[in-house]
Amino acid sequence: MKAVLGTTGLVLNEPLLWEKGKKGRQGYSLPRAQVPQADIPPDLAGDGPDFPDLSEVDLVRHYTRLSQWNFGVDTGMYPLGSCTMKYNPKINEKLAAIPGLAAAHPLLPDILCQGALQLMAELEDFLAEITAMDAVSVQPSAGAHGELAGMLMIHAYHRNNAEHRTKIIVPDTAHGTNPASAALCGYRPVPVASNDQGILSLEQVQAAMDEQTAGIMITNPNTLGLFEENIRAISQVVHGKGGLVYCDGANMNALMGIVGMGQIGVDIMHLNLHKTFSTPHGGGGPGSGPVCVKKPVEPYLPVPRIVRAENRFHLSEDFPLSIGKLHAFYGNFGVMIKAYGYILSMGGDGLKRASQLAVLNANYLRQRLKGILHLAYDRMCMHECVFSDKHQRPLKVTTLDMVKRLMDFGFHPPTIYFPLVVNGAIMIEPCETESKEELDGLVDAFAAIAKEAAENPDLLKKAPVNCKVGRLDETAAARNPRLTG
Amino acid sequence: MRYLPHTQEDIDQMLGVLGLDSLDALFSTIPSDCRRSRPLDLPDAMTEWEILAHLEGLAGAVAAAPGYKLYVGAGSYDHYIPSVVSHLAGRSEFVTAYTPYQPEMAQGTLQGIFEFQTLVCRLLGMEVANASVYDGASALAEALLMAIRITRCPRVAISTTIHPLYRRVVQTYFRPTDYEIVELPYTQRGLTDVTLLKDSDRFAAVAVQSPNFFGCIENLAEASARAKATQALLIAAFTEPLAYGLLKNPGSLGADIACGEGQSLGIARSFGGPGLGLLAGKLAHVRNMPGRLIGQTADTAGRRGFVLTLATREQHIRREKATSNICTNNSLCALTAAMYMAALGRTGIKQLARRNYDLCAYLRGSLESAGIRVPFDAPGFNELVVRLPEETYARLLEKKIVAGIRIGRYYPELEDHSLVCVTETASKQDIDQLVKELSS
Repeated sequence: MKAVLGTTGLVLNEPLLWEKGKKGRQGYSLPRAQVPQADIPPDLAGDGPDFPDLSEVDLVRHYTRLSQWNFGVDTGMYPLGSCTMKYNPKINEKLAAIPGLAAAHPLLPDILCQGALQLMAELEDFLAEITAMDAVSVQPSAGAHGELAGMLMIHAYHRNNAEHRTKIIVPDTAHGTNPASAALCGYRPVPVASNDQGILSLEQVQAAMDEQTAGIMITNPNTLGLFEENIRAISQVVHGKGGLVYCDGANMNALMGIVGMGQIGVDIMHLNLHKTFSTPHGGGGPGSGPVCVKKPVEPYLPVPRIVRAENRFHLSEDFPLSIGKLHAFYGNFGVMIKAYGYILSMGGDGLKRASQLAVLNANYLRQRLKGILHLAYDRMCMHECVFSDKHQRPLKVTTLDMVKRLMDFGFHPPTIYFPLVVNGAIMIEPCETESKEELDGLVDAFAAIAKEAAENPDLLKKAPVNCKVGRLDETAAARNPRLTG
Repeated sequence: MRYLPHTQEDIDQMLGVLGLDSLDALFSTIPSDCRRSRPLDLPDAMTEWEILAHLEGLAGAVAAAPGYKLYVGAGSYDHYIPSVVSHLAGRSEFVTAYTPYQPEMAQGTLQGIFEFQTLVCRLLGMEVANASVYDGASALAEALLMAIRITRCPRVAISTTIHPLYRRVVQTYFRPTDYEIVELPYTQRGLTDVTLLKDSDRFAAVAVQSPNFFGCIENLAEASARAKATQALLIAAFTEPLAYGLLKNPGSLGADIACGEGQSLGIARSFGGPGLGLLAGKLAHVRNMPGRLIGQTADTAGRRGFVLTLATREQHIRREKATSNICTNNSLCALTAAMYMAALGRTGIKQLARRNYDLCAYLRGSLESAGIRVPFDAPGFNELVVRLPEETYARLLEKKIVAGIRIGRYYPELEDHSLVCVTETASKQDIDQLVKELSS
């Protein structure tokens, strides 16, 4: 085996911000005042917040040290299932920082922001083409916000048809935010189990679907990394009872240029620009979660919408059936710029190639890892595959122990204990931007860990040892919450 | 393609391991009637320099400094962003990580957000702040839903001086529910009229924005007293958190929840997003608070460390019973805001807030001296409503001066008025020039 990536590095300690600094220091300078001090009523004036005073050097050391305790895609492979941790091209950041775009104010007259509107309009066109849907709104700020937009549209659609439906079908292989988004619209999620092939069977949806049910929220490919093969028949059943099909498109990275979501019965779907379209994840956002719809749902899209007239772009509120606004302005434009740049960098062929290689990488790992870890569903997968700790459980070694040890080998752990349908799940999504050598390295690391599990499980229980801190006590954190310093 | 590392040899070897003869064979589980019949019709792949040139062209079709003089705020403010903030927030260890599910490998993000939560609490005078929501508007919507969960009362009272676009987002969130929204009018001074709240009324929350949409500083203490009389929580919203460098904070004036937009704290305007939704409250309500929280703990060797905590409020554990569907939020913007607050320090934020207040007062004085009407006399922070006929506004636009935003579309009674904003980036000379143009 080749030398492992993980090693102990030069990791420096760093106190909390307010444990540093000295009153009177400043990391910011204002020009001299040119206007007189104005009176302020004494009942309004406060003492100012208790912030530490730091110099610019204090700040730079502080955050540079903190950054070195983080692991990102730029550090190494980050096979976090369903999160699509692909490489984030550096030009994305440069594009979003172009002064005229970064400094654009959102409430200028349309005529003064044509460039920004054009970018958003073209991005909506690109996303409509990629999904084979009819219309797009880029307003939702994240995937879960896109889900909420979708649920609100389903609600508005039924209301406009003078119907009040109370339930929505949510398979057990759907993303965790799906039921919460549905609940926000007053829908009671009706869980439906996947079959022994890891997908939904038509019969189960038939049994659950009725005229009180607003529709179905389906994740495709699902969180087991499997394509919902019965989607067309399922859609027909849902449509037959007057419902709508919502597709969580978080896993679109498997399907670009391969499947037209608009042709398989999906009425509404969201995309995650921070996943499929390479804008970075930023440690948990900002993201962007555009919603794509078919014609019958188009009138319900959020406003304002960008419309073209006489070679100009306008923001229009003239959509009386719209669900309204979801964001104070138009969504996360800075993120849209990056996705737009990515699509132009890749072109149509490049996007298809990305999906093909994402699926190749996942299947290669599936094949090579299945002798080492238990494979939950032994069949071809899409962009991710799910293993479990079943083989290690008799050794009293868990998924958590194995992935903590994986850190010492220089890899970010996969998603664990999700989806819930697989006990002790280890959900691996390698992404197309990882090379064969990286994948082989991950296989070697898991092989070594499985061997350690059998021979010296203590190594796993004590892992990680190469990180800034060892295993952290999450129970104590929740029992005695300490949320500020 | 430069982001795809596979050589043909790699692909052949990998397909060989799988026993497949082509990349297409990987998709054999997808029924043929689900496959696309035609390839993606998108522009051909472009080089970096072609893309850069194209986007610079688009940027050229947007009005921005230095070609234009913009006096526009209304929830998106022009504050100078120190180089140190952009530089540190751009470190790729922060940028290319995800939600810190594995704390041992994410202590940078975790400590950074723990510090953010602390600084936000200190700024707003609150006990607990979450790791962010999407923007000021969704922060208000989530705060109202939180108040409804806490009080189990389905009615809220919302001031009409809250940003009109925030109120529209609240309407969107509330539309599928049975919750009732009562709007509170404003007085001739441009302040919320809370005297209409009767003791016999019952509300989950009374929501007031300060400084309000007109830039006027509200009397939060009075709003708090009226809210308490109706057994409601007081929600203090804001679009301009910098004001709390100078003003008494919402917590000290009786707010139970403070929520708003943090874009002012070192984040570019970017045509309105990404910004930063701030949401803070009291510890007693933490289990009803949406969004993620970072807490302090220790590792097996007793060393200080930080983790995502109170996850039982979240979707992956409680699914449909979760307190909200917030998952990915605006973490990098939160980290950026913490960097900005730390760069200012107490000394700096007091000076900067003072400068914004003084410039706005100077603008008001200059306008009044020039005979231009400023309808609301309540003290303002860095923006104010100015009477400005449409033709004057249009005349200035031709000179590449944007004299605020027109507010008649939000407040028909204020047709012929603009909301004009000045921040520290405006000089005395700029303001003198603006007033001269307006009065000529």
